Amino acid sequence: MMENVIELQHIHKSFKGFEIKDFSINVKKGFVTGFIGGNGAGKSTTIKLIMNLLKQDSGTVSVFGMDYKKHEKEIKERIGFVYDENIFYENLTLKDMKRIIKPAYKNWDDNAFQRYVNEFELPLNKSMKTFSKGMKMKASLAIALAHHAELIIMDEPTAGLDPIFRRELLNILHELMQDEDRTIFFSTHITTDLDRIADYITFVHNGEHIFTKEFYKIEEEYAIVKGTLDLLDRETEQEFISIRKTNTGFEALTADKNRVINIFGDTVIVEKPTLEDIMYYTKKGR
Amino acid sequence: MQIIISNSSKEPIYEQIYAQIKKLILTGELQEGQALPSMRQLAKDLEISVITTKRAYEELEKNGFIYSIVGKGSFIAEQNKEMMRERKIKVIEENLLIAIQNAKEMNLSLAELKEMLTLLYTEDA
Repeated sequence: MMENVIELQHIHKSFKGFEIKDFSINVKKGFVTGFIGGNGAGKSTTIKLIMNLLKQDSGTVSVFGMDYKKHEKEIKERIGFVYDENIFYENLTLKDMKRIIKPAYKNWDDNAFQRYVNEFELPLNKSMKTFSKGMKMKASLAIALAHHAELIIMDEPTAGLDPIFRRELLNILHELMQDEDRTIFFSTHITTDLDRIADYITFVHNGEHIFTKEFYKIEEEYAIVKGTLDLLDRETEQEFISIRKTNTGFEALTADKNRVINIFGDTVIVEKPTLEDIMYYTKKGR
Repeated sequence: MQIIISNSSKEPIYEQIYAQIKKLILTGELQEGQALPSMRQLAKDLEISVITTKRAYEELEKNGFIYSIVGKGSFIAEQNKEMMRERKIKVIEENLLIAIQNAKEMNLSLAELKEMLTLLYTEDA
């Protein structure tokens, strides 16, 4: 029943000073997956591998169950890559862009394009260099939706956008997800955006896949634990991914909330972690 | 259907949805056969993820409050009436047990108790 739209299996890819080792992730159809990790964690590399803009050294990439070697065109027809920069020629208008892009897609739908241009309040006849970052994002999204992309991949769509526009974008994404055949995969480091929309979280760190989980499971399993320093010894410290100690006590992250509650009982404070907490303590623990 | 979600509550969001829909069913505000909004529609309205509403609906279905038909959506289940009836019968049983216990304490016979019950039952009607 649960179908994967994207499957990366045992990917190896090395660069100077950075490498992805035995990297496997699945992205579920019909859901929104938030892709998180710090700078240099491998998010952009992963997206480039999914888009076939980079070739892996070994391992397999499959999108819609197909391989890029044989089905590049079919795959790309069904993906909308939403990006805020460098894809538009600054001196062209959105109307010109449409004329250039349209022939590349069999499914191009002029009516849909016009509908989203209206909805997003985009000018067709102004040169793209007058567009704000948010408008560029919307233009890119309108193009993706005009060819009825089933898989929408967004690289840092909310970075550099003001809070009102970010909220608007999330509303648009909610609207898109009314279609249960649609999948959204987006990377971000503004993790609060994910609270409202992400079904799954995929977390990468240092070229490694740490986890992919339902968002609510993260809150059920992980916890921030705070207590006094005398509670820590070699044994109890094993319970945590990493610990931040100060003169006033400790704060730590656990991936097994219930176990920690059993061990420490009422002697500690147990709180819901944010994704930032998880990212921070995971990085610290490695 | 009115649902209010608190983001600062300790209670997970899916549980808040579960509890509120359950209450609407038990108080009769949502009635048997009535359609619930689709999971995706509800997620959009509440500005939460689809998987959260999915989980709330799954819990409601598991506990017999709603049922789903593939391609049509989710509906308020009929079993709730049965369940409510059963619950009420249980309350009556408990109350009767108390009466029986009191009767036994003062050596009232079953026949006398039955007579009393019949009298009260018919009088009341």
